[in-house]
Amino acid sequence: MIKVDDLHKNFGKLEVLKGITTSIKEGEVVAIIGPSGSGKSTFLRCLNLLEIPTSGQIWISDYKVTDKKTNIMKIRQNVGMVFQHFHLFPHKTVMENLTYAPIKVKGLSKQEAEKIGMDLLDRVGLSDKAKEYPTRLSGGQKQRVAIARALAMQPSVMLFDEPTSALDPEMVKEVLDVMKSLAHTGMTMAIVTHEMGFAREVADRVLFLDGGQLVEDAPPIEFFENPKSQRAQDFLQKML
Amino acid sequence: MNLDFGQFIPSIPYILKGIKVTLQIVILAGILGFALGIILSFFKISTVKVLGWLADAYTSVFRGTPLVLQLMLIYYGSPQIFGYQIEPYTAAILSFAMNSAAYISEIIRAGILAVDKGQKEAAMALGVPYGKMMWDIIMPQALKNILPALMNEFITLTKESAIVTTIGVTDVMRRSYQAGADNFSFFEPLIIAGLIYYIMVMVLTILGKALERRMRRSD
Ligand SMILES: Nc1ncnc2c1ncn2[C@@H]1O[C@H](COP(=O)(O)OP(=O)(O)OP(=O)(O)O)[C@@H](O)[C@H]1O
Ligand SMILES: [Mg+2]
Repeated sequence: MIKVDDLHKNFGKLEVLKGITTSIKEGEVVAIIGPSGSGKSTFLRCLNLLEIPTSGQIWISDYKVTDKKTNIMKIRQNVGMVFQHFHLFPHKTVMENLTYAPIKVKGLSKQEAEKIGMDLLDRVGLSDKAKEYPTRLSGGQKQRVAIARALAMQPSVMLFDEPTSALDPEMVKEVLDVMKSLAHTGMTMAIVTHEMGFAREVADRVLFLDGGQLVEDAPPIEFFENPKSQRAQDFLQKML
Repeated sequence: MNLDFGQFIPSIPYILKGIKVTLQIVILAGILGFALGIILSFFKISTVKVLGWLADAYTSVFRGTPLVLQLMLIYYGSPQIFGYQIEPYTAAILSFAMNSAAYISEIIRAGILAVDKGQKEAAMALGVPYGKMMWDIIMPQALKNILPALMNEFITLTKESAIVTTIGVTDVMRRSYQAGADNFSFFEPLIIAGLIYYIMVMVLTILGKALERRMRRSD
């Protein structure tokens, strides 16, 4: 589904990703963890070309993402992304947030888009908020709308960059629950998270990044029970 | 103080007709200036450096010289610029549009840059192309924030439009001045003109506030 080969990313002189090679199978849920500044966000953002890789190759579905000839817009339509700070469109209602891209980018009719939108709002438990503006929602509700917005494009991969880090503790669960049920539908997901319990429970694999390198790549039980590298051991010590 | 408004009553309809002239100039120049201002602001935030330089140079020249000079250059220079003498009315609209575009482009540029960067990223992540993103996502939010500044610019334009008198456009200002000349007394008609401008500005202010309230409904 996703293949990454020797991915490098520099910001000027700063080498943020130093050759990442990995792959994610269809329907797999991968948790990406690691210390702050290790390059987790940058890695994720390279996958949908919010950052342009300095070198290396990425394939998603049948597209070669890093090929100059590939249509970036097509890739992004196929890869949903959820941000830490939601980034809902404040001047659009919840339903308009969900239908904007399907209508304007994919060319769906308003009815089709709203039908998909309504189904998705149902799934994230917010069908009564369709006509609200985002400012009227709580953080947890905003993030659930943001997930629904990304899903409205019917992507085949979903990327999450610390989706619960900006939430009050009592709202974390509602968002994680939505993600959990999404994982059960067989969606391919890459999730940068500090929620170790969630990673352990939901992820099929854990990628541990440190200093721009992929230090460990293992099933959660193996990673959490006996991490191989010293760096992962130190990190887990601090986290748990 | 010796004031006699009575003798000017016959002139009042004539002066009031100037409101139409003034408003026509201001509205047309405002619309043109706004359109040009948007284009210039896009140049300013463009990654193509040459466009940025062009827009900055434009702004610098139009802000760095008097409006009345720009007006006269376009009016009296039109035979050299366009090959024929243009109407004073046309010269007024052109110069005001070009002048306010310089100010408006700065306002819009700042407005665009003040929109949270996450908005652009969210749109990009959904595969929204640049043009649609700017138009549907960024600009509406930018405009909402800069509406007061734009309204201010429009009000300035309304007041400054009085200088079209200098090239003979019969706006409120010129008509009052003529009424003064006809009666050998300038004080009263100028006060009438002042009142008219003040009322126009007040109406604009109220309209602006109403528009602002409408746009804030998503808060
Ligand atoms: N646009 C940018 N320009 C310059 N440097 C950047 C940019 N984006 C990220 N960096 C740098 O790259 C490094 C990795 O950043 P990244 O955001 O990928 O880390 P992270 O693992 O997501 O950290 P966190 O857990 O704090 O979110 C950091 O040192 C950061 O300062
Ligand atoms: Mg990050």
